[in-house]
Parts: sequence; C-alpha cells; structure tokens
Amino acid sequence: MLPDFDRSEMPRALQNLRGHARADGSAALPRRSFLKLAGAAGLALGAYPHLASAQAADKAPGGLKPTQQPSAFVQIAPNGEVTVTINRLEFGQGVQTGLPMILAEELDADWSLVRSRHGSSDPAYVDPLFGIHLTGGSHSIKNSYTQYRELGARARAMLVAAAAARWNVSAASLRTQAGSVIGPGGLEASYGELAEAAMALPVPEKVKLKNPKDFRIIGRPTTRLDAAAKSSGRQEFGIDTHLPGQLTAVVAHPPVFGAKLGSVDDSAARAVKGVKAVLRVPVDRGGEGVAVIADGYWPAKQGRDALKLQWDTAAVEKVDSERQLAQYRELASQPGPHAFVADMAPLATAPRQLEAEFVFPYLAHAPMEPLNCTVRLADGRAELWVGTQCPGLDAAAAASVLGLKPEQVTMHVQTAGGGFGRRFVGTSDYVVEACTIAKAAQGAGLNAPVRLLWSREDDIKGGYYRPMHLHRARIGFDERGKVLAWDHVIVGQSILAGTVFEQFQVKNGIDASATEGMREPYGVPMRLTVHHPKLNVPVLWWRSVGSTHTAYVMETLLDDIARATKQDPVAYRMRLFGSKHPRHRAALQLAVDRSGYLKKQLPAGQAWGVAVHESFDSVIAYVVEASVQEGQPVLHRATAGVHCNLAVNPRSVEAQVQGSALMGMSMCMPGAAITLKEGVVQQSNFGDFVVPRITQMPQIAVHIVPSAEPPTGMGEPGLPPLAPAFANAIASLTGKPLRELPFKLA
Amino acid sequence: MSNLNVNGRDRSVDLDPGTPILWTLRDTLGLTGTKFGCGAALCGACTVHLDGQAIRSCITPISAAEGKKITTIEAATDGSDPVGTAVHAAWVRHDVAQCGYCQSGQIMSATAFIRSLPKGKQPSAEEIDGAMAGNICRCGTYARIRAAVADAAKSLA
Repeated sequence: MLPDFDRSEMPRALQNLRGHARADGSAALPRRSFLKLAGAAGLALGAYPHLASAQAADKAPGGLKPTQQPSAFVQIAPNGEVTVTINRLEFGQGVQTGLPMILAEELDADWSLVRSRHGSSDPAYVDPLFGIHLTGGSHSIKNSYTQYRELGARARAMLVAAAAARWNVSAASLRTQAGSVIGPGGLEASYGELAEAAMALPVPEKVKLKNPKDFRIIGRPTTRLDAAAKSSGRQEFGIDTHLPGQLTAVVAHPPVFGAKLGSVDDSAARAVKGVKAVLRVPVDRGGEGVAVIADGYWPAKQGRDALKLQWDTAAVEKVDSERQLAQYRELASQPGPHAFVADMAPLATAPRQLEAEFVFPYLAHAPMEPLNCTVRLADGRAELWVGTQCPGLDAAAAASVLGLKPEQVTMHVQTAGGGFGRRFVGTSDYVVEACTIAKAAQGAGLNAPVRLLWSREDDIKGGYYRPMHLHRARIGFDERGKVLAWDHVIVGQSILAGTVFEQFQVKNGIDASATEGMREPYGVPMRLTVHHPKLNVPVLWWRSVGSTHTAYVMETLLDDIARATKQDPVAYRMRLFGSKHPRHRAALQLAVDRSGYLKKQLPAGQAWGVAVHESFDSVIAYVVEASVQEGQPVLHRATAGVHCNLAVNPRSVEAQVQGSALMGMSMCMPGAAITLKEGVVQQSNFGDFVVPRITQMPQIAVHIVPSAEPPTGMGEPGLPPLAPAFANAIASLTGKPLRELPFKLA
Repeated sequence: MSNLNVNGRDRSVDLDPGTPILWTLRDTLGLTGTKFGCGAALCGACTVHLDGQAIRSCITPISAAEGKKITTIEAATDGSDPVGTAVHAAWVRHDVAQCGYCQSGQIMSATAFIRSLPKGKQPSAEEIDGAMAGNICRCGTYARIRAAVADAAKSLA
C-alpha cells in the first residue's frame, strides 16, 4: 500500500511531516518510562509511557531507541498473561499475531498466555525505520522484526535478573522456558511472579538474540490470536465504537469531486424522527456537503435520502473515462521525462518487433468495513476512534481542523475490516470529514460524540482509487528472445504528488510508485517515459501499488517474446534471471516443481501460465492452470512459490498469498473497473463494482522457500504476478495477448 | 412499538417499522456482531437467522420479524447451539478470518446451510459454494471457508 522507499531519504520524510505538525513520532523518548500505574489491576512489568513532556520537547528522534522501551510493548500480569502492544494496524494481514510471536520467541513466553493489543499515536509506536506511524508497504514484520526480538530479549533479561536477585544466584546459572525462569536445584518462578520485581530493574543495554535454529514459536504455523473473537462477532471494529450519547453522521457528498452546493432544502430531512441536525459542511477537495446527524445510522440515512439538493459543478473539472483514454493516448505520443534511458537505436534494426498498448482502469479498495471515524470533543481535547494505517498523520490533520495542539488529540487505533491502502490517505480525507462534522455539531449545540459512517455507495464513489493507467511499449529483440531495445511509456496520475512523500519520491517529475516493478529483474535496455496528468479524481495506493500494473505489463510482454521466439516461458525467465537473482529462481522453481508444470496432463482446453514478480522485497512466482469457458477466462488452479525469507507464521503467509492472489484475479473480472461519465462515478455498490465470490475462488496452493534470513513483506507481494500468469495462460490458448484489464476477449 | 424476539429474548423497540433489522440490532440493541457491508443485500455481512432461515438484515424491516425469532451471531456461537458451536470451532480450527469483518455473516450463512442438510448428509463442494455465494470476503478467505464448512458438517455427522 506504499511504494518501496529509498531509506536514505527517510529523515527528510520525517522533517516534512514535522513541518506539517508534530503529532507524529518525532519527539524524543524519555530515557526511562517505567511508571507503575497505581490501581491498574494485574499490571506488573511496566506501564504505558507517559510522554507528555517528551511530546512537548521539540527534538529530533534520538535518545532511547524503540527497542529499549519494553514497558510500552509488553506487560506481564501476575497470572502470567503477556500482553504485547503492536505498533501497527491489524486489518487482516495478521501482524496482531506475527509481532507477538516475534517478541514471545525471545521472551521465551508461554504462547498460550500471549495476548495482543493495538498501540496509539504515541511516539513509542512509530515505525523504527521510517520514524512515523505507518502500516503500509508490507513493512510491519520486516521493519519490526529486530525491534520486537530485542524487546522480548530485554524483557527476558530483566525477568532473569529479578530471579537471580530473589534466589541470590548468578543470572548465568538460570534459563527460561515457556514463561518461567528455571534455576539450579529445582528453583522455578513464573514470569507473572517475577514481573513486579523485574520492573524495578534497569533495562539492559545489550542483549543476545537467539540463533534462528533455536526458534520454537517463529516459523511454526500458528492460529491467529483473534481467530475466536473474529468467529463469534465479538471482535470490535472501529464501526462498533459506541460512546454514551453518541450520534451518527451521514454525509451527502457532491456528485462530482470538489463541487459546491447550489441550494439546500432540508425540511424533509429535519422531519425524520431521530435527526438532530442537518449541517452544511466543507468536504474533501474544496467541495461542500450536507451532514445529517441523528441518533443512529438509519435515521441519518433516511434524512440524507430526504434532502433536496442542487449542486454547482460549474467550477470543477468533470472527468470522463472515454475522453480520458483519448487524452492519455495523445499524451503517450508526447515527449516526457525519463525514469531511465537506454540506447534506442537498435529498435530500427532489430530482427523482431513488438508493439503493445495496455489500459488499466481506476479501482476501488472496497474494504468490507465501510469507512468510519468517531470523534469526541471535550475539555479542549479530542479523542478519535478509527481504524487507521497512519495514526500520527491523522492526528496531525485532526489537530489542524479542530484548532488543537497535536498533544490535545488522542488516537484510539481500532481493528479495521480490511483497508488495502484506503486507510492511509495523505489528506486524511474521512478523518478530516469526521472532525469537521464533530466541530460543526458542537457549534450547533450538540454536545455528543459523533460517528461518521460512510455507506458503501460513499465508499465506491468516494475516490482515492488505484489510478487509471495507459502503457505503451515498443520492443526490438532477436531470434533468441534477447531484448535489444525497449521503448516504454507510462501515463497515469501520480499517487504521491501532494502527499508528504512527494519531495523524496517524486523526482524529475516522476513518481517512483508508478514505475516500481519496471525493467527489473530482467535488466533489459529500456527507456521509460512517464507522464503524470493532473485530473479531478483523487488517487491512492491500492494493495501492491505500482506493481498492480507494472507486473502485468512486464510479465505478459516477456511471455509474448518467449512465445514469438518459441521458448518455454519458464526456461526463458530462468535464463534471464541467470545467477544474479537466486530468489527469483528459487521461487519459480518451487512453483514449477509443486504444480507439475508440463509434467502433469491438463484437461482439454486448459493451459499453463507463468509469472514472477518481486515487490516489497519478496518474490512470488505463480504457475496457473486456466481455460476459457463460455467466452470467459476461468482460473482453475494457482501454485505459488514464495520467497519471503524467514516465514514468521507460515499459516499467515499462506492466507496472505491466497487473499492477494484472489485480489489480483479480481482485476481481471468483468465489472472490476471504476469509470466516470461527465465527472460522475458510474459504479455505486457491489452490484456494479464487482469483487470475487466463493464460486470464483480457484485452488491456490502456497509453497514457501525455506530461509533463515530476516523476513520480508507479505501483505502485498502475492498480488502482482497473479493477473499476468492468468493472462499468459489465456493467451497461450487463444494466441491473442490480453492487454486490457478487466479482461475482454475479442 | 415493535415487539421482537432476539436471541430468545422479547424486546420492544420504539422505531419506525420500516427500520431494517440490522440497524435495530446494532444501534438500538447494542448487538454489533452483525455487520454493515453494503446496505443492499449484495455482500451478506449482515446475515442473521429469521426463524432459522438466513436473511439479509440490512434490507429486512423489523415489521417482517414480528412474531418470528431473530438469531444473531452472538447467540449462534455462544455454545448453546450444536450447529453454531461446530461452525465456530471449525472457523477457528481452519484459522479462516483475516480482517474478520465479513465472518459473522459467513458463519450465519454456513450455520443455516448445514442445518438445512438432511441428517448425516455431507455437502458437495458445489453445494457449499452455492450456499456461500451470497457472502463477499474481500480478504479472500474463501479456500478456508470451504474447508471449514465441510469440516463443520463432518463433525456433526
């Protein structure tokens, strides 16, 4: 959901964020933060750090490293329950279990006693590499692996030291096992017994981490900690927030992004039983809307339906998909900035030529939990309950809207029902909307917490889509498939322009998130020209970001070259990988071996398809089996070869690959497109923005290449290679490449 | 006043009879296990049982529930109902949930489906898909849903 970063640039990201507001994790952490909370039952090791003074201090990150503050991350109750605080949003990807596994491994915890909870916008919970609160870019496990190991090891060392003091023996004579410290002569004490004494001890500066061969929790397929709650309706999500006296707001948004209100007749809306207020409010992109506030969603929606509104769309651009495509084609013929260059002279003389144009539509994220945010304003402070990928950024935006200082805003990060990127928005659009309404409601005399809740229609029509893209390629190659020159053009809106990431991820007018996944790992001589038109449609990262289109283009074109030169697509790729890309080779070989590629006899009418792609430092290869039935491409089976280094929770990796693969397949299905006509989004709900159902689920087998190297991302990398593998199978059946998504068979 | 029977309890609510069961459960009765996904009977997140039949509570008004029994995920998985208990256990065993938001509806559809099977009958793969086709999972947990439904049915045989 976030492009890969050049990490050397991160301090600048931080500075940029700090320039906007200082509610993010940029404050120095206090040297010690072990405050015992009086009256907090069962609290033993540590407490939440009290950072008010640190937040006020305007200092660059420094002081205590995030790994040296166990109190903020692990609490051990007298009964031995270990509660691990996660510095990320849990929205399906499984960090709520993966991060505790990592900490519990080094702590030598009893896994049956491990619990998990969300952090907040407290500086303790910033990403240790990025220095901001962030769940995105498949970075959670990757960036916090060492952090959580060290936290666990430090807490363990403190427990051991407490036991050594109690028994008057040397710490070296003690060992730990499943939640207990064990000493000579049958001495044994549970972590729960030792926690309070351990809390009083200093945090060790240095700790020794385990050898991965001694892991007993990491690497073991583990059921999610939230499995039971999520299988009984007991898991609470942001939408379930219920505060005393809480009201619900539903907003009539403009039909065209940024449009203003002409006239408002709210008499019928105000007459709806339960409606408390109807307020004209500013909305995203300079637009206006009408918020109906009521004592529940249903009366608020009834009130909205009863509004008689006239909109003034004269001043806003009205994007139309058909015109947009023509405009993009025109742009693709114009000169533009180059992401990279190569000698294009061989194009004129290459023995084989290939020209291709690809079109990708806008896509909505459509997480199952509709967007929502609950705001309580009281005593000069604001509290927000929201499932957000970026609580620091959202807190800063909330503070700005509400006229508060960042430290006067408290974020309660809520478990979210999916997101796929939609809960990390540079403009904090729905959080700002919720705060705007809460402030207006207060101004109208309503002293109650307000929950903003979007309908599914608000979500599908609400923008922040994966951008529409046009790709054009002209490739010259020889009879062996060696690419001599590849001239490529990408046209699409920049995702990062206008966000805090613009200044270090948009260079030479080119957004790095639009070009990620191009050229590599094949090292072909490519000239890449990029155009970023500005249009009145808000865009956003969508699970796997640029790779949603670049992987498709690269992997189908490679197959076209292989087919044109009569080469097996696996052998062709292996030759290009050479010895430089062992992880690509290993992932593809595993998928080939486990799928029975070319060895197994496929049923008549089915064909093999292959694709490989690296994103977020993980490599996924798919070998798929597909056919055409009644004119529609059908995916029967996919075999994944996964290289994510060490798989912390293989059961979670399997789930992420299956889910990503299906989302990749979703891009191919009829109805998987957001289109606009005269500025108005044409789709509104799951009836016309189509997502896969169980009947369309292929068999997806997931195989992981064994590795003990530090883990890489798995939330997104399973998505990009699925659609091109599917397309390659269909193209080998029909002889015609598929160059438009969703698929259209001529 | 509308008189409802929710999870075995009689409840009176002072709401417009056209109010959907979903919002009555969530905003009035505080039963938030039943989820809002689309408001148009397209995704199944709001599935509850009305006299044992799976229905979409987002489009079913409370007037349609008078004199009938509404069962929600909270009661279906509280251990009192053998089918709901088996489905819940299978869901945990197969670690089905990712974000988990749609799973209340999935479980209510699965429970009604399994209860509808003739005693001892094991559903085919096609029957399971057919029964679950109305429930969308954007995380893509369908492979594990298939396995969990089959397993739950087997455990009850």
